[in-house]
Amino acid sequence: MIGGMATVFIAAAGVPLPLAAVLAILAAVAVGSPAARACDRAGPRRLRRDPHHHHHRRIDFSARRGAGAVRQAGAQDPLLLRRRTDPARRRGDPAPEPWVLGGAIAVFLALYLFLDRTLLGKAMLATAANRLAARLVGINTAVIMALAFGSSAAIGAVAGILITPITLTSYDTGILLALKGFAGAMLGGMGSPLGAIIGGLLLGLFEAFSAGYLSSTYKDAVAFLTILVVLFVMPSGLFGQRSVERV
Amino acid sequence: MRLGLAPRFWTLALLAVAILLLPLAFPSAYYFRVGALVWVSALAAVGLNVLMGQAGQVSLGHAGFFGIGAYAVAIGPAHLGIPPWASLPLGAMLAGALAYGVGRPVLRLRGHYLAIATLGLGVLVAIVLTNESRWTGGPDGMRVARLDLFGWRVAGAETWYWIAGGVLLIGVWLALNLEETRTGRALRALHDSEVAARAVGIDVARYKLRAFVIAAVYASVAGSLLALMNGFITPDQAGFLHSVELVTMVVLGGLGSVAGSIVGAAVLVTLPQALTIFQEYENLLLGLVIMLAMIFLRQGIVPGLHALWRSRRVGPLAT
Repeated sequence: MIGGMATVFIAAAGVPLPLAAVLAILAAVAVGSPAARACDRAGPRRLRRDPHHHHHRRIDFSARRGAGAVRQAGAQDPLLLRRRTDPARRRGDPAPEPWVLGGAIAVFLALYLFLDRTLLGKAMLATAANRLAARLVGINTAVIMALAFGSSAAIGAVAGILITPITLTSYDTGILLALKGFAGAMLGGMGSPLGAIIGGLLLGLFEAFSAGYLSSTYKDAVAFLTILVVLFVMPSGLFGQRSVERV
Repeated sequence: MRLGLAPRFWTLALLAVAILLLPLAFPSAYYFRVGALVWVSALAAVGLNVLMGQAGQVSLGHAGFFGIGAYAVAIGPAHLGIPPWASLPLGAMLAGALAYGVGRPVLRLRGHYLAIATLGLGVLVAIVLTNESRWTGGPDGMRVARLDLFGWRVAGAETWYWIAGGVLLIGVWLALNLEETRTGRALRALHDSEVAARAVGIDVARYKLRAFVIAAVYASVAGSLLALMNGFITPDQAGFLHSVELVTMVVLGGLGSVAGSIVGAAVLVTLPQALTIFQEYENLLLGLVIMLAMIFLRQGIVPGLHALWRSRRVGPLAT
């Protein structure tokens, strides 16, 4: 939300669009990380100690923001797209859809490289798996957490910026997108970035096709019904590992 | 607190005194209306607290059950010829049956999966209520027939204040008693550790389901009361934001504390009314107050203040 709105405002103030986008991302990080950290500290201690909980929050938040963007890209079914008159396209600007898809893929690649190939990324994964153990091997978990929240806010802002030309912007754009992004990540399975992508895409396609072939009023219902049914059959999503509770 | 009576008695007694004495300070009917809103929201929050606080299971779709109750008393008299007083228990039964049917597979899920499944359930109910406009009036909502009890036309803010207060008192009494029963102990046990609870012979799935159904029935009754009180209902009452509001009430007041749920509901209903003097900044301040409350009273308002009070009395060294 901050990403999309801030870009529009800063661009309207005469700043060139790419620079405005960068500034907007910084704004989202600036607002996002302290707010999120304060909230995290407020979380009941029981939850904070639960290793499962961290795992979800730090890493997968980022993944599902990205999934939200991909989902939206998936939802642009050609059938619907042709009927759409895009304000951006009419003015001769580049079409926004390739940007959304490309941006989402770029974010995913960057996230993958960061988490898998850098020491900092591995420290973040370690913090996610077990904060106490991470601290014991010398990882500054406070810094890592600030970084995780910051990058999560940045990815959210990127998604907002990419999507604004399609959906326009308002103060509450984020809610439904975040919900569906979250749902998409759950559909794919927790802790699996590939699952987040596939879950997001599937959800978007389901929604678009049911809008086209079944009933456009119930397209959201079909999306959520799909999730319910999938979770009934596969309680940890399509690609999630079975969680085993250690006692 | 050491008078030989259980703490739960004090919660109930304090609530009864509050319901009885608050009207003495009310200068106008508007205050009765806000008071009635607080009691109705508190009823839904107390029910949700059984699920979240006692059993430790999250539900992000609870407004769906609230909406079922609300639309039951709206659709019953308007389309099916069922009088409002009979529609209320029918709505509660419908909500309970839905919770029972869906709860079985849904409650197998944990953590965020459970959150997303309950969320999906709530969104589905809201979508159906919004789109079946032949029955529900669609996004514009629909009128609710006035409640008629034996020729007495129930109307007016003051009447509804007493009705909502009375129903809340019964609801709180039941919820407090539940804590001390076999079910209550089983819920606490599975909240701490499902594996341990199963090891001592507790049928985890059954007790979770029971808590889910109880919470759904509470929400449905609260929804019916609100619809009858307002005489009007929109699908917003079943929407995601209302679900979040209910969860916020429970968490803000203090998870697992019945008194906390009532306080949380009171704060979330009255604060926006008090903050209207700040006009556009109302929501901003509301969010700020909630954030500060959660930062400084991590366990929620009631358990947080209680712990603070105890540590003051005993002194910092003793804790």
